[in-house]
Amino acid sequence: MKDLFYYLIFPGFLFTGALGIFASWFDRKITARVQWRKGPPLLQPLYDLIKLLGKELILPANSSLWTFLVFPIVGLAASALASSIIWLAFLFPEKGFVGDVFVVIYLMGLPAISLIVASFASANPLASQGASREIKLLLSYELPFILAALVVLIKAQSIKLGGLIFYQAVNGLGIGSFSGAIAFIVALLCSQAKLGLVPFDMAEAETEIMAGAYIEFSGPLLAVFRLTKFMMLVAAPLFLVGLFLGNVAAGPGAFLLLILKYLAVVLLTVLIRNTNPRLRIDQAMKFFWGPVTLLAAVAVTLALFGK
Amino acid sequence: MNLKLKALTKSIWVFHAACSPCNNCDIEILDVLTPRYDVERFGIQLVGSVRHADVLLVTGVPNRKTAERLKALYAQAAKPCLVVAIGQCAGGGCMFTPSYNYIKPVDEIVPVAAYVPGCPPKPEAIIMGVVKLLKSLGK
Ligand code: SF4
Repeated sequence: MKDLFYYLIFPGFLFTGALGIFASWFDRKITARVQWRKGPPLLQPLYDLIKLLGKELILPANSSLWTFLVFPIVGLAASALASSIIWLAFLFPEKGFVGDVFVVIYLMGLPAISLIVASFASANPLASQGASREIKLLLSYELPFILAALVVLIKAQSIKLGGLIFYQAVNGLGIGSFSGAIAFIVALLCSQAKLGLVPFDMAEAETEIMAGAYIEFSGPLLAVFRLTKFMMLVAAPLFLVGLFLGNVAAGPGAFLLLILKYLAVVLLTVLIRNTNPRLRIDQAMKFFWGPVTLLAAVAVTLALFGK
Repeated sequence: MNLKLKALTKSIWVFHAACSPCNNCDIEILDVLTPRYDVERFGIQLVGSVRHADVLLVTGVPNRKTAERLKALYAQAAKPCLVVAIGQCAGGGCMFTPSYNYIKPVDEIVPVAAYVPGCPPKPEAIIMGVVKLLKSLGK
């Protein structure tokens, strides 16, 4: 019963969804300010969602229907679960289970996989183009992402998120050391790709392959994808905070500090998104498998030597 | 006004359907979307796929090739989807009606909800057209 409450209301689905809507507005507002505009009103992402829920749902004639309908929801459920596990690690670091770091990493991969499967199911050539780019992107950023996480795991000698946060509460932030700082940069770039934000948004390049993987989704299904994105906009930066900037969110002050740290990471992400043009998929793969993986490997080596 | 309609008027995603215009109208539409006019303040956004669109902005005179495409585009859009005819051409063919390639005006191909006259209309005129359309939706 309690777990259901955690998952559905606080800090899971409802809370993360609301925070994600806020984060999405924050993203758009900062983008607007960077471009010297005024930007959308606070509730804009919510209006978008409600509008999409009220629109017609089109089922493409050649799609494989069940896959098309079910997988968006799988992605949403996974992102909500991932974010509730991360939140709970901040709120009750002594609870949690051994290996939840890996569970979270896998769960955060699921929205991308569900997008891939669902868009292949939609039987649109541009959608499969987008999906194949998403696959390549997933393959290229997962390795450095896991390596970056490994740096913190080596330092804290723990594979529990709660353990990592405890370790940082005692020994200073994960980003404080040399290897931690490098790993943070790597993880930030990977989370940028995970979120599908601008230098790495080739899977939905709207000016090039017309929204790519999302091309056939309309109405409520598109709303589900949007909500998944909002949730991931909470989960991925929050995971970074947990790895590198963690603090135990016991009282209201500590919780506020946590939210501020989270917003700072989102701000960094938004600034990266606004100062870089979109890469081609081959450039992105070279980037992640070349310099980024190398950096991550250096960080892991440094961490093993205790730097 | 019910919630569905209210949300629709607050979040208009436009899809740009260029039916062989001279390209001037399209440039004016792009002007509307630039930071100077900043229509994102009203929740207006350009989208890549017609499945996501709430408004089709049609420019130009549909000819034998593009008329079919326009019809197909409208059929592919998730309803409710409104059509706004931008420019004199889309409003009725204007001086191109005697052309060999002309078949019929936009509003005989798809239902048009608003016309924005001008050759090309100013960005202010386009915004005014959209605002009037949204107000009429509210009634
Ligand atoms: S209305 Fe004028 S500016 Fe617009 S497409 Fe026609 S000729 Fe060009």
